[in-house]
Amino acid sequence: MKKLPSTLPNMLCVLTLISVIAAGALAYVNQITAGPIEENKARTLAEGINSVLGVKDAQVQDTKTVQDANGNDVILYATNQGMAVQAIDPNGFGGNLKVLVGFSEEGAIKGYTVLEHAETPGLGAKASFWFQKGEKGDIIGKNPGEKELTVSKDGGDVDAITASTITSRAFLRAVNVAFHAYAGASATDANSGASQQQKSIHN
Amino acid sequence: MKYIKILWNGILKENPTFVLLLGMCPTLGTTSSAINGMSMGLATMAVLIFSNLIISCIKSLVPDQVRIPSYIVVIASLVTALQMIMQAFTPEVYKTLGLFIPLIVVNCIILGRAEAFAAKNGPVESLFDGIGIGLGFTIALTLLGGIRELLGTGKLFDTVIYSENYGMLLFVLAPGAFIALGYLIAVVKKVAKI
Repeated sequence: MKKLPSTLPNMLCVLTLISVIAAGALAYVNQITAGPIEENKARTLAEGINSVLGVKDAQVQDTKTVQDANGNDVILYATNQGMAVQAIDPNGFGGNLKVLVGFSEEGAIKGYTVLEHAETPGLGAKASFWFQKGEKGDIIGKNPGEKELTVSKDGGDVDAITASTITSRAFLRAVNVAFHAYAGASATDANSGASQQQKSIHN
Repeated sequence: MKYIKILWNGILKENPTFVLLLGMCPTLGTTSSAINGMSMGLATMAVLIFSNLIISCIKSLVPDQVRIPSYIVVIASLVTALQMIMQAFTPEVYKTLGLFIPLIVVNCIILGRAEAFAAKNGPVESLFDGIGIGLGFTIALTLLGGIRELLGTGKLFDTVIYSENYGMLLFVLAPGAFIALGYLIAVVKKVAKI
């Protein structure tokens, strides 16, 4: 078959036709995959929340998004079994480092998981287990409210990942941000409760 | 016979990684382990097969002056579809490959084969060329990933071969990719006498 000549109407028609067909096909694939993608996301989140709170069937009751000092979103998941907070530090060795941290009522860390990172495999990527219970940089049970978490090189009491101080600092910053958001949320809850009480007295 | 020749051509004679040295960005970026390399190779192969097939079918309908944009639209749609499918059904693989999936659109192997082969040959030949080149790319990436994983972490496909303490971390990092690839190309050229 002879090629279509490159005249303007021909080119316009062909490009439009190809784009329309492509868009149609993509819309169809999107329709099929949108459900499973949402399910995956929800499942990953639910598993993360359960693992950081150390429970099996936490139900998310309330989700709140606040901004930290640098304008990054911090998401608070209030569940029936405690609060899990997702925070991000943009200055990991390979960019964003996103963590999910579970807190007890007193503000002690119950567990954490690294949701997203671009750290070096074999070095910074160890963050996903290095700070877990019983490991060298164990932060479980520590309360960032009593003492800000910092690596021992900066005068703190957390052992940094060997040869990955930048990752360790970024990780601990994210955990601290998560804690402040958590503490802030508890404080505002208490405040709003107090102001409501005052109002009722005035009334 | 002709088809076997086309397949063999893609795997060895015109191997995209070892001979044509195309698609270096995903090659160096994703091969930190054998399984990552293999997944990237297979993902690229899936796109390559369909893009070759579709482009060879529509080649006489596309006017010459707009062929590149048309091909890119076809390739980009395939990659987007693949990305959504992987996100839905293989979330683990999607998580490790992440950014490299959308980058398949600008992988020069795919547009290269569309221009050099699919635009000049029939659908069946193009299909086989896609399989051949795709296999060549997958084999190359798996090999490179395997070597880097073994030397860097002492594992192969996540099975421990020797202790991680003796691993040379350099090979998991970016410079190791260049070093390993260089030696691999030299060895392949010597053995296959290309």
